[in-house]
Amino acid sequence: MNLQIINIIEKGIVETFYMVIASTLFAYLLGIPIGVILNITSPNGIKPNRFVNITVGFITNVIRSIPFLILLVAILPFTRLIVGTTIGSNATIVPLVVAAAPFVARMVESSLKEVDSGVIEAAKAMGSSTWQIIYKVLLVEAKPSLLVGGVIAFATILGYSAMAGFVGGGGLGAIAVNYGYYRYKTDVMLVTVAILVIIVQVFQEAGIHLVNKLDKRIR
Amino acid sequence: MIKLEKVTKTFKVKENTVTAVDNVSLNINKGEIFGIIGFSGAGKSTLVRCMNLLEIPTSGSVYFDGNDLLKASNKELRAYRRKIGMIFQQFNLLEQRTVIGNICYPLELEGVSRKAAKERARELLKVVDLADKEKAYPSQLSGGQKQRVAIARALATKPEVLLCDEATSALDPITTKGVLSLIKKINKELGVTIVVITHEMRVVEQICDRVAIMNRGVVEEVDYVKNVFLNPKSETSRRLVSADEEKSHAEPTKASIRIVFDGISSSAPIFADLILKTNVKLNILGANTEDIGGSAYGQLWIERPDEESVRIIKNYLEEKKIGYEEINPKKKKRIRKRR
Repeated sequence: MNLQIINIIEKGIVETFYMVIASTLFAYLLGIPIGVILNITSPNGIKPNRFVNITVGFITNVIRSIPFLILLVAILPFTRLIVGTTIGSNATIVPLVVAAAPFVARMVESSLKEVDSGVIEAAKAMGSSTWQIIYKVLLVEAKPSLLVGGVIAFATILGYSAMAGFVGGGGLGAIAVNYGYYRYKTDVMLVTVAILVIIVQVFQEAGIHLVNKLDKRIR
Repeated sequence: MIKLEKVTKTFKVKENTVTAVDNVSLNINKGEIFGIIGFSGAGKSTLVRCMNLLEIPTSGSVYFDGNDLLKASNKELRAYRRKIGMIFQQFNLLEQRTVIGNICYPLELEGVSRKAAKERARELLKVVDLADKEKAYPSQLSGGQKQRVAIARALATKPEVLLCDEATSALDPITTKGVLSLIKKINKELGVTIVVITHEMRVVEQICDRVAIMNRGVVEEVDYVKNVFLNPKSETSRRLVSADEEKSHAEPTKASIRIVFDGISSSAPIFADLILKTNVKLNILGANTEDIGGSAYGQLWIERPDEESVRIIKNYLEEKKIGYEEINPKKKKRIRKRR
């Protein structure tokens, strides 16, 4: 492997981190409110609303059931509208967020569901408003579970980002496709795969460590 | 303080409607400790949740300090709820907050500054005897300590009423005693009106002034605790009183006489008098005396002596106006045979 390829891989790592971290952040920016809405409007939630719950739930499910590669192509016009181009790292972030946000929303919803209903009842009895219950009780009590979800979302988005390499997205996925698949350079592909594995491992371990440290339920 | 008028609460479970609370009217006076007792499924927890509208009654009215809660706006209701503290069987502490963080929570809702909230919380920690646990997390505390934190948290906003929903049911007997005496202290020293939901007669016995007996959503009896013990009127209260007796000691299996003491008569040496009068070595089969609301209450089982002595004992008890009951051992023998 020559120096040029090493440079390309280095650049790929940076691009991958950029895409995945930015996409995870945006996905959470959209996913947390949607997850909260799904949780509180459910029949056992603090503001049950059948119509909102079913509508939001339906849209979430529709987007989640579209395979990522197809979604990526299908929303190309939308991507162009937002970032002005359909190739490169920025263009990959848009479909990544669209694909990951509903998935994140469902994970947030299930994390919030784990919060003990008795604690929510106590918060109500103390005179909390719905908004106060959301940001002082639900999101805080579910923090460890939300973080575990964050680690899972990160690994999933990393996996999606590699697929974007097929349609001109950047990052390690693009390198693996361009060198490993189109030019039969198996060694380059193996290296990128190894790097992806290492990234997932590091994030998974660091995430779980952080959760254990932050979760006050563990002595 | 709290007044319920013809409160009914029904739940729809699939096709059926279940009436958890059925046309209940209650008046809880300022400063008293009011018990609501019943077996599980009687609707006690639903009833107490109607008092702060955690459950909205299907019909009827709920008044707090003369204010109709069902007519209050959301904002007003939240303000009233801060005047009605509540503690629960499962403590329901915020697991991700420290002890002091939990106590500060209701103060944050009121917009109290962080510093003032902490000061108030420290005061309350002293009241509940947990001053050294300020920085601990709930998972590091025992059940009794968690309930004390919950009590401190409920008191943070200086409520006028404290609702206790099976507050001691998850605790062992010794811890229960401690928590109950704390509740009593809060009632006496801070003048907080207290509503206690329980299925255990000994809880009512230890702290309540008045008690409502609930069965299948209906309040069957409301009276002073002493009266319910001495003269349980409804079938449910009879069962509750006897369930408690069985727990506290072995029921006499021999023919016996149950002598019921109330406050005044227990100060006289009744048992010594009985021995002197009958001139028989009377045998005590069981006894259970306790201090209730400042006056002694108890019951004593003695083995049935010869008929002449029984006559003398009955005369003496009637003369002193002491309640008694002859216990028929035959039923119990039959039960033993079946085993």
